[in-house]
Amino acid sequence: MTSTLDRPILANPNKHDNASLSVTFSGVGRSFAVGKESRQVLRDVNLTVTPGEVLAILGPSGCGKSTLLRAVSGLDNPTAGTVFIDGTPVSGLDTRCAVAFQEPRLLPWQSIEKNVALGLPQGTDRKEGTARVAELLRLVELDGHSSLRPREISGGMAQRASLARALARRPGVLLLDEPFGALDALTRLKMQDLLLDIHRAYPTTVLLVTHDVDEALQLADRILVLGREPGQAAATVSQLLTVPGARPRHRNAEDLGRMRSSLLASLGVDSGRH
Amino acid sequence: MSAHTDVPSAELSTHPTSGNPLLHTRWGRTFLGMLVPLALLALWQAATTLGWASTSQLPTPSSVLTAAIGLAEDGILAQHIAISTQRVLLGFAIGALLGLAVGALVGLSDLADALLGPFIGAIRAVPSLAWVPLLILWMKIGEDSKVTLIIIGAFFPVFTTVYLALRHVDKNLIEAARAFGLSGTRLLATVQLPAVVPAIFSGLRLALAQAWLFLVAAELIASSMGLGFLLNDSQNNGRIDRLILAIILLAVLGKTTDALLGLAERKAIKRWA
Repeated sequence: MTSTLDRPILANPNKHDNASLSVTFSGVGRSFAVGKESRQVLRDVNLTVTPGEVLAILGPSGCGKSTLLRAVSGLDNPTAGTVFIDGTPVSGLDTRCAVAFQEPRLLPWQSIEKNVALGLPQGTDRKEGTARVAELLRLVELDGHSSLRPREISGGMAQRASLARALARRPGVLLLDEPFGALDALTRLKMQDLLLDIHRAYPTTVLLVTHDVDEALQLADRILVLGREPGQAAATVSQLLTVPGARPRHRNAEDLGRMRSSLLASLGVDSGRH
Repeated sequence: MSAHTDVPSAELSTHPTSGNPLLHTRWGRTFLGMLVPLALLALWQAATTLGWASTSQLPTPSSVLTAAIGLAEDGILAQHIAISTQRVLLGFAIGALLGLAVGALVGLSDLADALLGPFIGAIRAVPSLAWVPLLILWMKIGEDSKVTLIIIGAFFPVFTTVYLALRHVDKNLIEAARAFGLSGTRLLATVQLPAVVPAIFSGLRLALAQAWLFLVAAELIASSMGLGFLLNDSQNNGRIDRLILAIILLAVLGKTTDALLGLAERKAIKRWA
């Protein structure tokens, strides 16, 4: 650990166990059984996310954003098509991924430190695990709170702990399911900056489901918009946009403003009124 | 997110609106808890000395005390208490362990639930005393039949609470743990069991109360020792002083064992809830 002395601990992406991995959706569709009928939610999603890319997934409520994410983690199986991570198909829970959910989902009876350690891959050396957890707690600025219980910290802190837990396994793909959706506006902005710091320290592939157009514009390399074509019950890729400019982006940049208007319009919101 | 606010929540008093300072200290609460029993004792004393009730129906408090001292000097009282407590603790321990094991099995496995759920439900529907003749036929009148009855009594509250609690463990927590690669016994030890610890304790307290209930039932029906025997024997001999003594002892023993379990429960909830 001599390197930690002479340079910032987190500016050392070379020691990753997992390099960032590509994610490919090939004809992915999902239908759910509702009584005797089957209701199709997603169809024909085809897309490749390059290693290290941040992809934001936008779309109206109930269009299958989370379903798409769950198909990558293996928490859910698509009824059509296949998801590939780094060229190999996902079948069952995939340990190359890590998930952070909209709710922190921390174990209430464990300290923040223990909760983060839960994310370590099985068989991690104890000493190395402790060091990694300590490093992550510093990264998400919870190092002064590691012995507290989840109920003793704020919602934003709990969500940071949840992020640290996801990072603990050095995931090749980081899946974020509206991770900041339940936070207040100011905390959300801080969390977005933090996520950019994290991505700089661990440039893994990130799939970020969000409701927030500005969040997508701020964080993503590309934005995937899911939507339903007229007359179709199931949603599919309706737009795939490359966001201009390097991060961190100025929140009021002009080209982002234009893209913001067109995204809001595609989500059915009249941007002239916002 | 409702569980998380930006200000860590303070410990809430059980009676946030009450301003009575006695309610907020341990000694104050102990004092308040003693008031009603002491008032009853005074009423009892008054009723007997002022002749509101005949002493053949209601003996004086002092004669109950004398009966206690008499039995204690013969060494019989300690024997009655010891054997009853032993039966309760043994039956409670075995019944609770079985309830925990079977409750965990049926609560965690859909197959076990389908196989055993309806059967256990039917067994639970049998009124407890219906087992007595069968137990006596099978095991004769001895310790085994009594302890078995108490096991049956202690089993169901623990089984039911553990089973239901495991069925209602936060699905989101389980999914999160699964997403981080936990499954099987690791999932059980990390998420499911800790999540049901508070429920296990409320089940245990119900089971302990049931154990005392079933003890008295077993001892009333057939025994030569124990507090239930003392009740029965005193009724037959018209020793109403001993009868009341036995009831008071059951109240004290039941409350004491429950309070001990309550202490353990409070510690467990602080750790796990």
